[in-house]
Amino acid sequence: MDFGFMWDTFLQLLSGIPLTLNLSFTSVAFGAVLAMVLALMRMSGIRALDGFARAYVFVFRGTPLLVQIFLIYYGLGQFRPTLQEWGLWVFFREPYWCAILALTLNTGAYASEIIRGGLQSVPHQQVEAAKACGMSGFLLFRRIVFPIAVRQALPAYGSEIILMVKATSLASIITMMEVTGLAAKIISQTFRAVEVFIVAGLIYLILNFAITRIIMAFEWWLSPHLRRPSTVEPRLEAAHV
Amino acid sequence: MSNGASVLTTASTPAVSVENLRKSFGSLEVLKGVSLSANDGDVISILGASGSGKSTMLRCINMLEVPDSGQICIGGEAIGIKRTRRGMEPADQAQVDRIRSRVAMVFQSFNLWSHMTILENVIEAPIHVQKRPRAECIAEAEAILQKVGIVDKRNQYPSHLSGGQQQRAAIARALAMHPQVMLFDEPTSALDPELVGEVLRVMRSLAEEGRTMLVVTHEMAFARDVSNRVMFLHQGMVEEEGAPADVFGAPKSERFKQFISSHR
Amino acid sequence: MQQLSYFELIGFGPKGWGLALLTATGMTLAVALCGFLAGSVVGTFVAWAKLSRNLAARTLGDGYTTVLRGIPDLLVIYLFYFGGSAALGAIGSLFGADGFIGVPAFVTGALAIGIVSGAYQAEVFRGAYQILNRGELEAARSVGMHRWLIFRRIIAPQVLRYAIPGLGNTWQLVLKESALISVTGLVELLRQSHIAAGSTRRPFDFYITAAVLYLVITWFSTYLFQRAETHSMRGIRRAS
Repeated sequence: MDFGFMWDTFLQLLSGIPLTLNLSFTSVAFGAVLAMVLALMRMSGIRALDGFARAYVFVFRGTPLLVQIFLIYYGLGQFRPTLQEWGLWVFFREPYWCAILALTLNTGAYASEIIRGGLQSVPHQQVEAAKACGMSGFLLFRRIVFPIAVRQALPAYGSEIILMVKATSLASIITMMEVTGLAAKIISQTFRAVEVFIVAGLIYLILNFAITRIIMAFEWWLSPHLRRPSTVEPRLEAAHV
Repeated sequence: MSNGASVLTTASTPAVSVENLRKSFGSLEVLKGVSLSANDGDVISILGASGSGKSTMLRCINMLEVPDSGQICIGGEAIGIKRTRRGMEPADQAQVDRIRSRVAMVFQSFNLWSHMTILENVIEAPIHVQKRPRAECIAEAEAILQKVGIVDKRNQYPSHLSGGQQQRAAIARALAMHPQVMLFDEPTSALDPELVGEVLRVMRSLAEEGRTMLVVTHEMAFARDVSNRVMFLHQGMVEEEGAPADVFGAPKSERFKQFISSHR
Repeated sequence: MQQLSYFELIGFGPKGWGLALLTATGMTLAVALCGFLAGSVVGTFVAWAKLSRNLAARTLGDGYTTVLRGIPDLLVIYLFYFGGSAALGAIGSLFGADGFIGVPAFVTGALAIGIVSGAYQAEVFRGAYQILNRGELEAARSVGMHRWLIFRRIIAPQVLRYAIPGLGNTWQLVLKESALISVTGLVELLRQSHIAAGSTRRPFDFYITAAVLYLVITWFSTYLFQRAETHSMRGIRRAS
């Protein structure tokens, strides 16, 4: 194994990290808003809204992300005159925005189910208690329901963010030079797939590890009530047979 | 009768003999040198508080636990054990498998295979371990299920049966192996009180057939009326042993007296 | 030139792409299925390593699932496609052959899917094994069943039963992942749509058709897995 080559590769791939993170966080941020809307539609009790959200989730979870990316990046080209007329072509012409749009629509579908799970896990008694204190509507949602749901949904949302970091690699297929795109370029120039794979893989593992840590810290910060008082002595129980 | 001596030794080879069995889990010594000898047709009840080591002894006889030292002989054949880096292990796995098919075990929690019907549970080991012809196994299994009174349940899955029926099915599974010795590990402890009777009746009929049985139990009536020998373990040692009439009539050990009175 | 209507375009007429799309759908199913089965084999071994008492095996198994679930599938596909060719090339040059030798894209694809989905299936199998009742294994040992017999008769059927929902999810993942194999040139559903889109300049029509076909497969396999689950759960008491 050629460590000099791997170091060079590492330095080259580093320049792809900003784009990988940019794609991930932009789409996760937009996707979270979309997911919230979809989750509320599912729980609205209005049949049309509920049905639309269901269909949306079914379609976006049931088809490959790459198909969604192609549909937006290449597919919409079929309607270029119309899009130009509407002044949207500047947007759909850019692979960056197409990737962001596809990733956002995709994560919105997955994350809406996570958020719905979180909202549904809010204990009914806590809502009743809040109502008994005179809370209702948005205040009830903002102060009681939402904070509880976020804590509940955070671990699953953390996994979804990791999945999104991995998913940004597909943007390389529509010419975005993020980490995987650069890696593919280097491989096709040098045919040293194993070395490049190891370096690129390592970068993703480090990114994911860092993100996992940040989410864990966030979880800890959100859950003071679940933390053990620091003065508690370690409990050691003798084995009984 | 003298304490600790094997009382019914005859000239023939004992069906089961255990000598100076020791077993520790970590730093906890559960068995501190237990011996036992059972001849063909013996029904031995093993009593003791929880943690006295009685279940561990039974599990050692079937090699579900491997003892640290001591010797176990089944029908005169000593089970080889060896010390390895990972702890004690059977010296010869083939021997263990062979001996296990002669020593059947009935568990407290039945442990029927949940993905098989009752009949499938009973014929599984005869067909796949003992390699007997399928048709013969099925005919025999039905006869055994008839005997334990659940032949009508043969095509049902274990989860559809009551605890008492499941335990009778487990006994049928054990019987189908044609075992020389049957081990019962608290067979009625997991049952609702009203279901205990049906299982005890089956066990009593097995005893009357002259089967060799080692029974870990809390059922004093069974120990007194059905078994021909009683053993009381305390903290990994044999505290009292003898014929039921003797040990229940005139217990020598203070702890056994307490034990009897607390279990009626 | 007269514009073809959508249904003429994807139909089975002289200018329609229907047959090509259908064949490509078959290819998608074939590569996904082979990859999934390869993943079951890999997953079984990895799960076994993760459950092992041996520390080294356990570490390896945990490392495998962590790494393969943490890096993009596309990278793994590149590794197999280019790495496999490099390896074949090296072997080829020993025998005097020269230059780039391509690995069949089908094999690359199925292997890459197998390696990745093996990590997911390992987690599914491990979870299913942990639900298994220890007492039933003990009962099997107590009647003298040896290790392989216990695995075959007691463990495998039950683990499979508990694993069906998780395997269903993994299958959906595999199916979608198979679209990535198109980058290696294998003419599966997405690649065929890409070709047709380029040749007819009707990209939207073809990609939307591909999306619908994927949805149909997803929907149908969900149905099959649910059937399998209901069937396998006979004999298990439902909380009523």
